[in-house]
Amino acid sequence: MLQRCEACGAFAYPAREACPACLSAGLTFVDAPRRGALLAETTARVPSDVYFRERAPWRIGLVRMDCGPTMVAHLHADCIEGAPVLMSFQLDKSGQAVAFARPERETPNMADDRQWREMTADPKFRRVLVTNGRSLIGQEAVAALKAAGAKTVFVGVSEPWRPFAGEQLLRGQAGIEVVTLDAADEKSATDLAADIGGKVDILVNTTEYVRPGGLLDRRGTGIARDEIDQAYLGFINLAQAFGPSMRTRGADGINSSAAWVNILSVHALANWPAFGAYSASQAACLSLSHCLRAELRPGGVKVMNLFTGPVDTEWFQTVPPPKVAPRAVAQAIVSGLRGGLEEIYVGDVAEEIRQRLAANPKALERELDR
Amino acid sequence: MKHSLRTPYDGIVMAAPVTIPYARYSIESAQWWIGRALSALVAKAGIKASHIDGLCVSSFTMGNDSGIGLTQHFGLCVRWLDTIPLGGASAVAALRKAARAVQARDADIVACVAGDTNHVDSFRLTLENFSRFNQDAVYPYGAGGANASFALIARNYMRTYGFTREDVGRIAVAQRANALRNPHALMKTPLTIEQYLAARPISDPIHLFDCVMPCAGAEAFLVMRDETAASLGLPAARLLSTIERHNAFADDPMQVRGGWAMDVGELYAMAGVKPDDLDVVQTYDDYPVITMMQFEDLGFCNKGEGAAFVRQHDLTIDGDFPHNSSGGQLSAGQAGAAGAYLGLVEGLRQVLGEAGPTQVKDAKLALASGFGMINYDRGLASGAAIFAGPAR
Repeated sequence: MLQRCEACGAFAYPAREACPACLSAGLTFVDAPRRGALLAETTARVPSDVYFRERAPWRIGLVRMDCGPTMVAHLHADCIEGAPVLMSFQLDKSGQAVAFARPERETPNMADDRQWREMTADPKFRRVLVTNGRSLIGQEAVAALKAAGAKTVFVGVSEPWRPFAGEQLLRGQAGIEVVTLDAADEKSATDLAADIGGKVDILVNTTEYVRPGGLLDRRGTGIARDEIDQAYLGFINLAQAFGPSMRTRGADGINSSAAWVNILSVHALANWPAFGAYSASQAACLSLSHCLRAELRPGGVKVMNLFTGPVDTEWFQTVPPPKVAPRAVAQAIVSGLRGGLEEIYVGDVAEEIRQRLAANPKALERELDR
Repeated sequence: MKHSLRTPYDGIVMAAPVTIPYARYSIESAQWWIGRALSALVAKAGIKASHIDGLCVSSFTMGNDSGIGLTQHFGLCVRWLDTIPLGGASAVAALRKAARAVQARDADIVACVAGDTNHVDSFRLTLENFSRFNQDAVYPYGAGGANASFALIARNYMRTYGFTREDVGRIAVAQRANALRNPHALMKTPLTIEQYLAARPISDPIHLFDCVMPCAGAEAFLVMRDETAASLGLPAARLLSTIERHNAFADDPMQVRGGWAMDVGELYAMAGVKPDDLDVVQTYDDYPVITMMQFEDLGFCNKGEGAAFVRQHDLTIDGDFPHNSSGGQLSAGQAGAAGAYLGLVEGLRQVLGEAGPTQVKDAKLALASGFGMINYDRGLASGAAIFAGPAR
């Protein structure tokens, strides 16, 4: 995204309030062509900032974008002066969007670049906790993270003596460790954190508690209480158990903690009355995730929210398609971590709600009431 | 584009060059340093503070104060006031404004002063908060500061014209030799080209001796009409010409020339002199590669011939091209905005014959240039002035 002048079409960077070509105030952020050429590079060996001092030498360069502006950028190690590069904005450890230049063509082990990994939360080589192995999403997430090169995937299972479908996919597999975890139980979360808290680089919160119904079709607060217990208080238990050690381990050498992932219903953003109370529990989790993001930021740990439409599981049986395959959610977790994103939308429903919410939130509210 | 004929600086002079000796670190405030410079100005000119009726101030570290606050702070009552935040171009800009003010009789005696302190963390804070573009689009990229920004410019410039580190190093080495004659220079040991080349890298191709030493200090001079100087019995230098330019050559993808190249013809035409006529030259040397650029852009050689020029000339005080006779910022120190004044004040001492141990023999005609404000990817401001001592 770069600013482009609505009046004359010129691109501008750094962000400003008037077009340097025609002085128009109509500058809007648009997806800009990503190609440029590396004009010059340098390696900062004695940075003045403590963060970069720890990570020096640090390579940066000046890139002339094909669309016009010149950008200071972090450089992938395979970028060569004079050669074309592809630019993207990445979120750095402080949550700021920064320009990152990569070679135009794929190079071997491209994602392993030291500076690139600093901007992302690639599961490769990292240790991950998936909090709920009983769910389809949890099981698919374990498989996808393992396939993405995670060193160890811990997978939480409540009451592990109770058998469950898909158990054989988790037990006895190299690099997968089943651990006891019931997120809704404060003691269970604390006990597990005491065991493995210092080894969790990425936490994927797959807690899932879906029940239909809104307000008037239910009697009392029993189900709502369960929804809050499982999703919202479960989130708090996990955050209090694992958050503090993750925050202190954000710069812990190559095995540093990197990210916290929440799987949320896209109806956290706009209430879906058919699953109205569930939507509200998801909204509560979304709000809490922003708090967690702010609190983890000083440690350089990212919080990624993955928004999904109804997933193809038994609790959404009555919902007509399109529904999201649990595998698609799992793949999105991996790609979001690889990109170091804060938000990712999975499936057509989630994408539609994202767009309609931006375009006309009142219309969306009416449409969901059908 | 042809410029209209500018009003000449007839009868406009500069006097009373003062330098408050630099300190690597100071627990004093910028206001303290500026106060010392004003006090020294008054003492040197033999006037009372109440005779100063114009004030022009530059500083990076005086907090929320601007010139207006300083008038009360120092008990000055002026009828002309300016605060110039143009970094390394501040001195030339101050001189230009002050000259026109006294010419138009808006003021009679303008004190131009720059001073900065250097607390232990001042420099880093200045870097972090330098400009909005810098905060948004430079600082988060490795926090290499000006070193990294100039490294990119230097790398491209050296590659484009085939300069080596050794070529650029000649400038730094010659300035160190000059600094050894300046008792106030912070750098007190000789520097050889071998040591220059062997220095540790800071941000390739910038190495340690390409970098200035941030410090505290202050510089100042007075601007007035010649009859004022005569009535005070003050030795004074005549201002012959100036140029100033901002955001020149914005379409150059990377900076290989400064605004001087746009205005250099007018600089010499207005002064009625040629580059060869100059007895001493003071360039803005935040990095020696920028000095190399000035040798080209100020007409001492053609673009791309800077390396040959420094190979062919001796840049020391007794050499055939005396340059940055105080040791410059590279060896005397960079006292924030006073770094902009260093060359102008030293050049003034030279043409007044007051430079003492760094005096260039028979210096009558001097040029001082400024360069400032790497807002984003390049230095935006450039300026230069030519002035002549009473002997010319």
